[in-house]
Amino acid sequence: MLKKLLPTFSLLLALVAGGPAWATGTPDALVRQISTDVLNTAKADKAIQAGDINRIVAMVEEKVMPHVNFEVVTRSAVGPQWRGATPEQRSKLQAEFKTLLVRVYSGALTELKDHTVEITKTLPVAGSSQVVVQSEVRGGSEPIKLDYRLDKPADAWKIIDVNVGGLWLVQNYRSQFATELNKGGIDGLINALVERNKTAAAKG
Amino acid sequence: MTPLPRRSPAVSRLAVALALCALGALAGGCATVAPAGTAPVAANPVDPWENFNRKVYAFNEALDEALLKPVAEAYRDVVPELVRTGVDNFFGNVYDAWSAVNQLLQGKLEDSLVMGTRVATNTLFGLGGLLDPATEMRLTRRSEDFGQTLGHWGVPNGPFLMLPLFGPSTIRDATGLWVDRQVSPAQLSDSETKRWVIGSIEVVNVRTKLLQTLRLLDDVALDKYAFVRDAYLARRRDAVFDGAPPFEDLGDDWEDEPPAAAPAPPAAASAPQTPR
Repeated sequence: MLKKLLPTFSLLLALVAGGPAWATGTPDALVRQISTDVLNTAKADKAIQAGDINRIVAMVEEKVMPHVNFEVVTRSAVGPQWRGATPEQRSKLQAEFKTLLVRVYSGALTELKDHTVEITKTLPVAGSSQVVVQSEVRGGSEPIKLDYRLDKPADAWKIIDVNVGGLWLVQNYRSQFATELNKGGIDGLINALVERNKTAAAKG
Repeated sequence: MTPLPRRSPAVSRLAVALALCALGALAGGCATVAPAGTAPVAANPVDPWENFNRKVYAFNEALDEALLKPVAEAYRDVVPELVRTGVDNFFGNVYDAWSAVNQLLQGKLEDSLVMGTRVATNTLFGLGGLLDPATEMRLTRRSEDFGQTLGHWGVPNGPFLMLPLFGPSTIRDATGLWVDRQVSPAQLSDSETKRWVIGSIEVVNVRTKLLQTLRLLDDVALDKYAFVRDAYLARRRDAVFDGAPPFEDLGDDWEDEPPAAAPAPPAAASAPQTPR
């Protein structure tokens, strides 16, 4: 009896505690939850509405980043040379690329304030376990596409790329990465990323 | 969602002829521009004229820094938002009418009807297009230009092309742009002077809307030219497919084979990289 009740009880507890309902949920539920969370936070925060990039970055770090699989993201942008990278190089690449992508995504968000998000459909990616959840940001002069590509390697859906206005943010770095890799290998790429992040941070 | 329809022979023949003309003219031009003796940048299949394009991009950057950006910033700071929105709506209304025509040319009757109704509404009830009551009425703007129409009928992009002033394009889209310009707001006027004035205001309007985006570009691109090129091509592809292009392989299967565990296989032995 108790054995039967226990799972029910823990499920209830998880729901009440606002626990990770998305862990077993559908990818569109996860995207909807993130979108709603981000929009509500943005609406309640004057600094974000004023376009304060540091606050937006903080919000993205807190609300979105836990749902991103950064290893897949970085690996897909780096390509085959990922295999030859040492664990230190890999974690360095991930850290620097994350800083860069958070800035890209946050910058895109500053143009989307005061808007509503409508999830349109979820499409499977042929030949993989991935899906793309499509949504549209409405409220500007023209709706802007905001799509998420997700995969479920273990028990939870994780974001592996984001499309803003027709542009896949991670994929768009591939050829730039390839150029740096051809010039200076993995370390060359790391240096280029470090340099870019440094100048951007200095500008504030 | 709609798959790219099979090419209509007549249309594609016409388009190919147009593209070939443009190609011939440009190839001739490019050959003289590329300085002798410079080693070409590793040829990118989508961007065979990269050397030339990069020079045009540098020119555009210089022009932007010296003229367009300062003017756009002044426009943003001096002109009240209400007026700027009115100007943007007015231009938008003219292009909406052109979008309706392009949707018709692509056989999207319903979209075309929505855009047509949108234009009629904004022209009649929005002070000739200065206001945008149609958006409130959920007559949503879906812009389409002639380059997209060409793409819809299967005309290939052709090589990437950086245009002076107009920025990133392709042979196909540059052809489309030339057609678009024939119906641009500036053509509404019959006087040469007015056409220049309207055209200039349009440029300032477009640049002002891009202020934030291009500032971001400085902070996030490892190579601005490559970023702009790749972003342009991706977005146009998306637009031609009406937001639903086939998904590309993410190419993330460079799974762990820790370099220490096994003698690292040479790069050539690894799985083939998916072409972009």
